[in-house]
Amino acid sequence: MRVPLSWLAEYVDLAPGSTTEDVHAALVKVGLEEEDVHAFDVTGPVVVGEVLEFVEEPQKNGKTIRWCQVRVAPDGELAADGGPAIHGVVCGADNFFVGDKVVVTLPGSVLPGPFPIAARKTYGHVSDGMIASTRELGLGDEHDGILRLSTLGVDAEVGTDAITLLGLDDAAVEINVTPDRGYAFSIRGVAREYSHATGVAFSDPAARQELETPIGDGYPVAIDDIAPIRGRQGASVFATRVVRGVDATRPTPPWMVSRLKLAGIRSISLLVDITNYVMLELGQPIHGYDLDSLTGGIVVRRAIAAETLETLDGQKRVLDREDLLITDGSGAIGLAGVMGGAHTEMSATTTNVLIEAANFDPVSIARTARRHKLPSEASRRFERGVDPRIAVASAARVAELMVTLAGGTADAVAGLVGEPEEPSAIRFPSGYVSALIGVDYTDDEIRGSLEEIGATIADSDGALLVTPPSWRPDLLDKSDLAEEVARIVGYDRIPSVLPVAPAGRGLTRSQRIRRTVADSLAAAGSTEILAFPFLGATDNDLYGSPVDGEVPAIKVANALDASAPYLRTTLIPGLIEAAKRNLARGLTDLSLFEVGLIFTPEAGKSYGQAELPSGVTLPTDEQLAELNTGIPPQPRHVGVLILGNAVPKQPGQPAVPSGIADALAAVTQIGLATGATIEVVQGSHKALHPGRTAELRIGDRSIGFAGELLPRLALDSDLPRVVAVVELDLDALLESTDVPFTAGVIGTLPAATQDLSLVVSVDAPAAAVGAAVREGAGSLLEDIRLVDDYRGPGLADGTKSLTFALRFRAPDRTLTAAEASEAKLAGSALAAERFGAHIRD
Amino acid sequence: MSDSPEISETTVNAAVEAALEAIAAAADSSALKQVRTEHTGESSPLAKLNGMLRSVAPDQKAPLGKLVGQARGRVNAAFAAREQEIVEAENAAQLAAETVDVTALASRYRAGARHPLTLLQDRVSEIFTGMGWEIAEGPEVESEWFNFDALNFDADHPARAMQDTFFIDPPESHLVLRTHTSPVQVRSLLDRELPVYVLAPGRVYRTDEFDATHLPVFMQFEGLAVDKGLTMAHLKGTLDHFVKSIFGDEAKIRLRPSYFPFTEPSAELDFWHPTFKHGPRWIEWGGCGMINPNVLRAAGIDPDEYSGFAFGMGIERGLMLRNDVQDMREMVEGDVRFSQQFGMVV
Repeated sequence: MRVPLSWLAEYVDLAPGSTTEDVHAALVKVGLEEEDVHAFDVTGPVVVGEVLEFVEEPQKNGKTIRWCQVRVAPDGELAADGGPAIHGVVCGADNFFVGDKVVVTLPGSVLPGPFPIAARKTYGHVSDGMIASTRELGLGDEHDGILRLSTLGVDAEVGTDAITLLGLDDAAVEINVTPDRGYAFSIRGVAREYSHATGVAFSDPAARQELETPIGDGYPVAIDDIAPIRGRQGASVFATRVVRGVDATRPTPPWMVSRLKLAGIRSISLLVDITNYVMLELGQPIHGYDLDSLTGGIVVRRAIAAETLETLDGQKRVLDREDLLITDGSGAIGLAGVMGGAHTEMSATTTNVLIEAANFDPVSIARTARRHKLPSEASRRFERGVDPRIAVASAARVAELMVTLAGGTADAVAGLVGEPEEPSAIRFPSGYVSALIGVDYTDDEIRGSLEEIGATIADSDGALLVTPPSWRPDLLDKSDLAEEVARIVGYDRIPSVLPVAPAGRGLTRSQRIRRTVADSLAAAGSTEILAFPFLGATDNDLYGSPVDGEVPAIKVANALDASAPYLRTTLIPGLIEAAKRNLARGLTDLSLFEVGLIFTPEAGKSYGQAELPSGVTLPTDEQLAELNTGIPPQPRHVGVLILGNAVPKQPGQPAVPSGIADALAAVTQIGLATGATIEVVQGSHKALHPGRTAELRIGDRSIGFAGELLPRLALDSDLPRVVAVVELDLDALLESTDVPFTAGVIGTLPAATQDLSLVVSVDAPAAAVGAAVREGAGSLLEDIRLVDDYRGPGLADGTKSLTFALRFRAPDRTLTAAEASEAKLAGSALAAERFGAHIRD
Repeated sequence: MSDSPEISETTVNAAVEAALEAIAAAADSSALKQVRTEHTGESSPLAKLNGMLRSVAPDQKAPLGKLVGQARGRVNAAFAAREQEIVEAENAAQLAAETVDVTALASRYRAGARHPLTLLQDRVSEIFTGMGWEIAEGPEVESEWFNFDALNFDADHPARAMQDTFFIDPPESHLVLRTHTSPVQVRSLLDRELPVYVLAPGRVYRTDEFDATHLPVFMQFEGLAVDKGLTMAHLKGTLDHFVKSIFGDEAKIRLRPSYFPFTEPSAELDFWHPTFKHGPRWIEWGGCGMINPNVLRAAGIDPDEYSGFAFGMGIERGLMLRNDVQDMREMVEGDVRFSQQFGMVV
């Protein structure tokens, strides 16, 4: 909402010299947040001038200019710029005549732009100022010619300050109006709030005596709502007033044009401008009809199927049965509270006007405005609630302005159908607000605040019975009243008291371990990223599953990027995107990781539900269970991507390129951080190198993979040929380790170390051979480590020699070499049994 | 052996002098080893003199034995002293030879980093767990019931339309990408025993344009306390403590009246700090208020028995204010230099 200060000052005692900053500062205290400042940005000297004579001078460029003599000060006086009373001015427009009063911007003035005016040589003359157009002054869009004051209905003495005359010295504060405060979409509401904030007197523009109108037989109106939405009548109040014999061609006075302009509304025509002006002033949306274009009485009803209406914006709209309509004998003539129809609108030939000031149901209007994508100044106000008691006064205000500015006479009586709903009284127990806010308010403060906002108060044992004012439909509960008391007294009165929570248990195990995973990956040289979780189907299908086929994914109905409408089922594409960006910026050795949710709906299953429980009461257990099973699975994954060198070339250190080994090192890191034993087995994944893929397992469950991207995919993504990746289901990992670890005894007696070289088929996984040795060697084997994998001369084709370093120890005695050898042979025997291994000679 | 010298002071001294001279001349440990063999080995003059002691007259055994023994003692002591000198010199030479330029060594360590947003999120969580609060979480694809209805957002209220919601296809499923962390409020109240003091940090989604000050995907943290006798003063105290913990003791807060469907009274939180860029001033950082009784009712809690407060702030904005990040896009582009400038500390 934009509030011109001159308008505000009509209804509150704005201190002289108050700036927009002062007004913003006052309003923010009561909850109307500062948004912007609007002003014309015209500074003087800008004066009224009279064209005394001009000579038309055709130019080489085809234009014809007028060399004008303009009187800018009364005879014998100096002009406002200190120059002569008659200035010579070059003007390119041709829409004026000798004797016209115009606006002259004299040297030293500045127009919006900023566009400073100076005497300058042009077309062979010194142009000592400029004759301004409406657009140059910032008043409107008109630029067909210069502004002739007579077209605004204005006549003023030559030399008069045109800035004041046209209201260009005014400025507006723009405030953000929260959705509960519909009444603040008016000068009336903001003035009232300004008075709350500063204590200055407020006079209600809707309560002016002149606006009181007897109710009588107005224009025939009927409200016939056969399908109220949520049990609420589409129109609760419908007031009318007729003004006859207006001259629709009269100009809108400049003070109104400038206020409308500052408020963000373009001046259109006098009659339309008046309806907009009253809407801004009182908050009551107004519609004006050309009375003579109406056919019979008005009926407010719901649309019927396939009914159509051409709205003011020239659009033909197919209506919905929920749309509330204004109709006459000819059919629909307006979308109630949203936009009028084209055929009954006021025009330049209108002489008799029917004014409508109605109160429509917020829900009905909101739905219609959304359905037709037609948010209007009117619908915005109705959606938030309009004071139902000011309809007649608003119509009277329109009539008053029309009579004053457009001539004509208003009918003596107003029409009124419907009855405003009485606001319900709210029980406000004494002590409630103090207990909720934590401030000991006095009874006077409580009563005073509520009376100040316009509520009426009655006493009821131990409580106040508070009836909110008609313009505050948002006040429904005692907590709403508590806010009013707190904000009127001031939030700065609230003390600061730290509450003591009961003893907490710290982070959950999952929260703690997730943090350790991220910390340890970072400590091991990886950099955390946070990717957007939106992907295209191709990426999900390629990386979201190790096997071919479509990967079920959740689709966003209104995606920002049409090429990425799905939620991710994998972290890898996000890491690839980040890697590409880094490479493009010249960073060639990368290790990136992300910990985040992925979204994994089951194939063929639909989620969510068509009917939601009410939000007003606790749903049943069944309803809650249904809500929760309707939420698709969203497991937390950890993903890693590594490319370039793991160790860069340095003095005495050749570069060490990264690869699957680094991916598996990250897996080890994650395993350590989570306390899980992750089994690494040879695996396959359609997006990964067939010979360089590891499946990661916990027991029987596959929880992810590590490997190198298919070189073709890497190169297609402008990545180097070798890109190592890991993706792991962190939630599954955490589930697997949900028992405290049992510590072993740390043996202190001497260890015996031996090496064991086993010849096995090249197909035998080293880890499995090692596991057989460990199992066979029994409890004396404390540690086993693969130290060599040899293939080549001395070995039969298709075999390899795996050398393990073994460390034996007994808890209770020093082992003899013979005991260690015996255990080693037992290990080798089991490896022989499982893999045909034999000890290498 | 007839031409062997006799044991006499002369012969013994001569052998000792020769040995001491050789010891002093030995330049390194191998030379010293050679000298040791020559002057104390089996065929050395001193060894021979010592061997001759067996054949001297009994009355001469004691004085001559003493003479030879002292001589051997002197030689051995000289050896030990020289040996130590040589070892020390050799150690020093080795250390000198091993000198490196400590600024030019190969590093096998790669610098990694946490993302500053998650670090700040962790830091915020710690402040609250330190007060006994717990950390609560919820799904990012959420039912509209938790995201809106239970939070007193009426289906037709303009506040719901103002949320710039990402809807999940098909819209009849009433699933959305949560627009705030507030649905976790409702989940916490349904799942936990009262009183509840929880902080819910996490990712949220709005159909905002992607520019220097807006992200369609961003991080919030939501605080919720429901207990008997909680007041707006407790809300203020909690926020006061929080901003001082994270921005320092000079930080202060101010509440301004505002509107949110799920709180009543509602407030915007402004905070002030002397070190803000462009000077000390008030900056807006989130919304808060006393939980609307309707929200408590939707969670099955009697608002006449319990009251509570809630607040929500954006982590990105916190990072911008605290660490002077100029452009929000840097937070999501994944450029490693952005995170690495923070390292492991925010």
